[in-house]
Formats: sequence, structure tokens, C-alpha cells
Amino acid sequence: MAGIPHDSYEPKSGFEKWLHVRLPIVSLVYDTLMIPTPKNLNWMWIWGIVLTFCLVLQIVTGIVLAMHYTPNVDLAFASVEHIMRDVNGGWALRYMHANGASLFFIAVYAHIFRGLYYGSYKSPREVTWIVGMLIYLAMMATGFLGYVLPWGQMSFWGATVITGLFGAIPGIGPIIQEWLLGGPAVDNATLNRFFSLHYLLPFVIVGLVAVHIWAFHTTGNNNPTGVEVRRKSKAEADKDTVSFWPFYVVKDAFALMLILVVFMAVIGFMPNYLGHPDNYIEANPLATPAHIVPEWYYLPFYAILRAITFDVLFLDAKFLGVLMMFGSIAVMMLAPWTDTSPVRSGRYRPQFKWWFWLLGLDFMVLMWCGAQPAEGLVPTISLIGAIYWFAYFLVILPVLGWKEKALPVPETIEADFDAHYPPKTSPAE
Amino acid sequence: MSQANDTAGTRRDFLYVATAATGAVTAGAAVWPLINQMNPSADVQALSSIEVAIGDVEVGTQVTVKWLGKPVFIRHRTAQEIEAARNTDLAELKDTDSRNANAPGEAIDANRAIDENGEWLVMMGVCTHLGCVPLGNASGEFGGWFCPCHGSHYDTAGRIRKGPAPRNLDVPLTAFVDETTIKLG
Amino acid sequence: MRIIHQKPALLNNRVRRKKKMKSTVFSILAAFGLAVGGTAAYAAGGKSHIEDFDFSFEGPFGKFDQFQLQRGLQVYTEVCAACHGLQYVAFRNLGDAGGPAYGPEEVKAYAAQFEVFDPELDDTRAAIPSDKFPKSALEGAPDLSLMAKARAGFHGPAGLGIFQITKGMGGPEYIASILSGYTGKEMEQAGSTLYENTAFPGGWISMPPPMADGQIDYADGHGNDVHHMAQDVSAFLMWAAEPKMMARKQLGFLGVGFLGLLTILLYLSNKQLWAPVKRKET
Repeated sequence: MAGIPHDSYEPKSGFEKWLHVRLPIVSLVYDTLMIPTPKNLNWMWIWGIVLTFCLVLQIVTGIVLAMHYTPNVDLAFASVEHIMRDVNGGWALRYMHANGASLFFIAVYAHIFRGLYYGSYKSPREVTWIVGMLIYLAMMATGFLGYVLPWGQMSFWGATVITGLFGAIPGIGPIIQEWLLGGPAVDNATLNRFFSLHYLLPFVIVGLVAVHIWAFHTTGNNNPTGVEVRRKSKAEADKDTVSFWPFYVVKDAFALMLILVVFMAVIGFMPNYLGHPDNYIEANPLATPAHIVPEWYYLPFYAILRAITFDVLFLDAKFLGVLMMFGSIAVMMLAPWTDTSPVRSGRYRPQFKWWFWLLGLDFMVLMWCGAQPAEGLVPTISLIGAIYWFAYFLVILPVLGWKEKALPVPETIEADFDAHYPPKTSPAE
Repeated sequence: MSQANDTAGTRRDFLYVATAATGAVTAGAAVWPLINQMNPSADVQALSSIEVAIGDVEVGTQVTVKWLGKPVFIRHRTAQEIEAARNTDLAELKDTDSRNANAPGEAIDANRAIDENGEWLVMMGVCTHLGCVPLGNASGEFGGWFCPCHGSHYDTAGRIRKGPAPRNLDVPLTAFVDETTIKLG
Repeated sequence: MRIIHQKPALLNNRVRRKKKMKSTVFSILAAFGLAVGGTAAYAAGGKSHIEDFDFSFEGPFGKFDQFQLQRGLQVYTEVCAACHGLQYVAFRNLGDAGGPAYGPEEVKAYAAQFEVFDPELDDTRAAIPSDKFPKSALEGAPDLSLMAKARAGFHGPAGLGIFQITKGMGGPEYIASILSGYTGKEMEQAGSTLYENTAFPGGWISMPPPMADGQIDYADGHGNDVHHMAQDVSAFLMWAAEPKMMARKQLGFLGVGFLGLLTILLYLSNKQLWAPVKRKET
């Protein structure tokens, strides 16, 4: 499977041989688990496992919640309360599902920013990166659809506002919006299809995740140095790598467990902290909440959406905002080509580092802006933040690739690892 | 190798085993809520016991109430019905078990009615053959109940006397709360 | 678990509730005021003053106070229930351990004061424990089942809401502050009367002051000024909104403890496993 030389699975017993000829599934599992992995991966490489866990957690809790939930505008809110009050352990399952979504997004943002810092998107990992962005988009869609299901005030008005974005498309917008909603406004038809799609999309994500893993198992993992594993011979490759099992499985399990301790504390002691109180009020199509805020994980992009308050040429502000919002994710997909630096890892790029951390700060500021009412300085700050976001991917990355003078990069992964963990000089003591 | 190395090896193995065992217990504990959520929820359980007012049920009539999704017959028997039930010899019965959650034993009338005088008969209105609801009000050849689906006849104590049904009608857990109220379940 | 069951004078409250109805029936729009309240508070950014009440259920170790919940139920029954409903709470819940924990007979007697519509009878009948509380009696009066979770009292600093980590969301504090925040001033606006309230965003609420000092007699002799009653009913509404709070905190401790142990074991295993790779000691 991987391009890195390694031992492959040899069927031993009679049954194993019999099965291997017919379905090489053990071989597939073996190759996946025993894949040679750079031995210098740091703690930012744990998020993949955290994300896998989140996906399983969300699907499992989601399936059991669906056994009690009713996707009908008259019953949805009450069925959620039924889950919270009467179903055995239902409250725990629902809080895990709701907060699991937040953990999912915390992990995906850490995962994406890790990729941006260490240049994981660069050749030959463009496909991994793009599939990853598709997973992220599918996650956003799933999260949004799921947030509508409890049929609270924020569910309803969030759905109204977000589907309204499609209405901004010139000409065909209103037709698309009506098609999405199944009527002139968010109503029972909308809730039903959102439930169906919310159930479907996670399985699409599972498929995309398989492709994502397949892609980076083909190219091999990136690592903090950005230097490729030597693959001329197995002996050479062995010096740069360890097998995924047990080394990274145990390491990632430790990190995951530490995160889950915090997760359980949130479930137990402040499960509604990341939610919005208004969603405990049943949806009322006749009264808009004073201040509609999306879930925290959409806030940066929501801020970019609202940053555009003026028309440009023939494009009105509303449509431009929508374009900017989707564009801000689209430009991330361009990173493999706009970043022209020959050095992969940000660790050896002194100027890049500053711009990268500014991007991180920009993300946080945009998130704050998204949560505030659009008044006072907020739209201006949002606009500056949005401009920087685009500039980073479209201007700063290419210019840096051309101008920046990078630091020396270690020869091999082994050299980097030995610099951190000096080898024991055995006989000469 | 040396003894020191052996103890180190044991300690290492112990750590891995302890970790794996704790992990397995955690995984097991995480699975339980996923199973338990399918058990009847609190609102369903709350209906597992209901109270029925029987003050208005005249002698010689019956009411049918829904309990646990099934019909329950509550009959205020006439003196004749009681007498007919008490004078039936056990040998004439197809099923000699009382089928009564309150009074297990032989299917004599005292083990079927819920009060000493035998005035009140409470039974699940589900034919023990294939689950139809038998007709009441002194139906069938034995003056009790008759199942129209496959022709099972029950007597005035709800005991199977003729037809394909294998067992007497089941008597659920029943108790008097006061003179005019009974509690099912 | 405390097993002392108090018998607050619930049964004769029915009469008093009817009397109360008259004084509260004027508050048709009152409820609506409370409904917009929470959301507006967010926008207004702390112009209203939310008192940080001290509740027994705050913090990881906090528990509901059974007797406070019983008093709060009494306030709800005698005051709030005239207009507001509690449609997601079942009467049987009043007997739940960790809640007001009434005995089965008390729950039955309490439920029987309410009338519910039974679709099987196609008629109304006296409620039984498996029934739910009625819906709001007045249009515009919001249901109170989830009110304590549908309002957040604390938003600071800078709208980040980080204070909620230590103070909690502030739902019950918000309710208690509203109930005890009337200044006594009134004004007419667009044909309806508004009442000045220090906790309400914007300062003027359409719900008339629902309680007066000493209005309710507590069987346990607890203080019955507005401030105390407001706190009791807010505690009750917190329980109504989150009846599983104590089980939830228990799960929190169990989860943190058990996963914490597993974390430590995995940390040690990981260290052990990597030691030879890192070429330190084996």
C-alpha cells in the first residue's frame, strides 16, 4: 500500500492462506496498522485519531438518539425533551452528541492549522489536503443540519438565515432556496429532509475519511521537519520510522484519553456552555431572537459573511458576502499551489512563522467578531480580518515562497530525532 | 539474562496488561448506555401500573381498560356466575393451573377471582390461543367468554373449556387500593 | 438521602390559587416580556443587573436542596401556575430522588388538583402522576419547563461568556433577579402597562410584580419575603429544566476519574514503549 518499504503480511495458518486468496482483508488491516510512520511526529499529529474517535462517537450516539427523536415540527422539540427526561441515559447521550460536535470541530481546526504550519498540503499530498477540506465541508453541513433538529429558536432562525444565503445567488437564488426548503419558509418539509441528510452525510464522511487515509498512506505521513522518509531500502526506512502499531496507537490513545477527561468534565459540569440558551425555546416562526448567532465553529466564516456591507460593481453586498464566505474555504484548497516555497515545514521558515501565527490570531478575532452584534467597530474589524485571510493564501504565501530565505533543514528524519533524543553512546563510557 | 532484567520485564508486562484491562472496562462501560437506552423509558414505565375506579361497574357487567397496550377485562360477576364457576370440577378443566399472578396454584375459582366473595374477576383480554380479544358478557357455551377467531370457549372464571386455546386467561397482578379502586401492576 | 417528607399545604392551595388568578390575570403580556428578556440581555450587554444568587446546586459538588425545591413548587403552584405552564415536566417527577422527592401519595394528591384532557375519554379528568403539568394558561405566557436553561444571566467579559465557567450560565439567577428586581414604578406604553425592573434588559417589563412579601406561608417557616421566594422558585425551575443534574455531575466525576486513571496508565505505557526508540534506558 505505502511507498515506504516495509514487511508485508504473510498468511501463516491454513485458514489465513485460504482467506488471503479470496479476500485479502487481514493484509489490508495489517498494512494499515503496521504502516511505517515517521518517528519524530510531535503532539500535533494526534488529531487524526481524535477526529476518527469523534466520527465514531457522533455516528454511534446519533444512531441511538434517532431511535427516540421525531422529525416533525410539532413533536421535534418535545421528543428532544423526552430524550433528556425519560429515555434511560438519554440526557447523557444527547449531551455527548452535542458537545461531541464541538470536540469534532476543535480537533479539525487543530488538524487543519497543523497542516498549514508544517506544509502538509504540499506536493505530493495535495489530494490528501483537498479530500480533507471536503471532509471539513461535509462536517460543516452535517453540523448545521443537526443543529436544526432540536427545533429550538436558534435551530429555526439559523436554518432560515443559512438557507437564505442560497437565495442571494443572482437570478436562480430564490428557486434554489425554495427547493432546499421544500416551501417558501423553513417548515416541516425542511425539518424532515434535514433529518434525512443529517443521517446520511456522516456516512459520506466515513467514505471520504477512507480516501483521506488511503491518500496519505500512499504518500506517507508528513512530519515536523517536512523531510521525506528515506525509502531506497527497508533498512534505511527503518531508521526514520516506527510502525504505527503499537507506537502511535498508544501515544494517540494517551492523548485522546487526556482530551476525553476534559470532555467528560464538560459533559458533567457545563454541558450547555457551548450551546445557546435560545435553543431551549421552541421554534417560533413569528418572533426572531434579538441576536442570531451560529454555533461557535462557524463564527469565523459567519464574520466574513457579514464583513461585506457594500455593493461592488454589479454584485450586491449580500451575494458578495456569500461568495466571500465560501471563497474563504476555497482559497484554503488552493494552498498547495499558491505556497511556492521549496521548504515544506514552517519550522525552518522564519518569516512564514509570523504570518502563520497572525493567521491563527485572525481566525480567533474573526470568531469573536462572529459572536458580536454587527455594530460599532465589529464590521470593520471583520473586514480587515477577512482581507487578511484571503491575502494570506493568495498573496503572502506566493510572495514568501519567492522572497523568504529558509533555515537549513535536517538531512534526515533520523538526524532530527537524534538531535532531540541523543543516542546512547554504548561502549565508550 | 539477569534477574533484574526479568523483574523489569514483568513490571512492563503488568503495566501493559493493566492498561489494556482498564481500557477494556472503559469500553464496556461506554457500551452499556447504548444498550440501556432501548429499555422502556421512564414515561412508559410510569404507565406500568394504573388505577381503575370500579365503583360504577354494576353486577353482571364488565369494563375493558387498556393496560400495557392490551385490554383488561374487569367483570362484576353475578351470583349465578360465581356459583357456576365454583361448582366446576377440576377434572372438567383443560388447564388446571390458576394462571393468576396473585394466587398461583390450582385453577379453582378462589384462585381466579381477586376478592374472597368472588365478585370481581380481572383478566387480560387476550385469548391464549393466538392473541385475539374474546367476546364477553356471558358469551360462549360456558356463559363466560368466547373467542370468535378460532372458537375458544371460556367459562365464568375465564378458564378454557373448549376450543384450541391452551391456557386459562391470564390474571394480572391486581390489588384493591380501596373499596372502589383496583390497581393493575 | 434524606427521607423526611414535608407536607406543605398543597391541597388547600387550590382555593388560594384561584384567588391569585384574579391578580395575575392582568399580566397577559407579562410573560412575553420575560420571553424576549434573555435574548435581549445578550445584545444589551449587561445593562441589566443580574444578582449572583447563591444556590445549593452550584459547582461540581452542588446538589438540589429538597426542601427548597418543595418551597419552590409551592411558589410555582400558588403564583406562577396561574399563567405559566410546565408542560415537559410530569407529576411523577415530583417523586424522583434528588428532586422534591415527595412520596407516591403526596404526588398523587398534588396531581389530582389539576385537570387534564384525556383523548381516550375525549374529556377532561383529574390528573394522575403519569400526566404532565398543564401548558400555559395564558397566551403569551411562556412555558417554564426550560426557562432556567433558556436564559443566561452572565455574559462577561466582553461577551465571551467565560465567567460562566465559574458562575454557571446564570439562568436561575436571571429568573430570581427578575422576580425580585421590581422598583415599583409603572408606565403606560401603547395601551399596556410596563413595570420598571432592574434585571430586565431595557428596564421595563410587561409582567406585573407577581409576588409580595409574605404572600405565601411556608410550612417550614422559611423566610417568605420576595427575595427568598424568588430564589426558591428559581431553584425549582432549575430542577424542572435539568432534573438529571445530579446524575450528570456524578457521570462527570466517574468519567473524569476513570478516564483519568486510564490516561495515567497510557502515559506510563507510552513512556515505556518509546523508551528503547528514544535510546534512553531500556
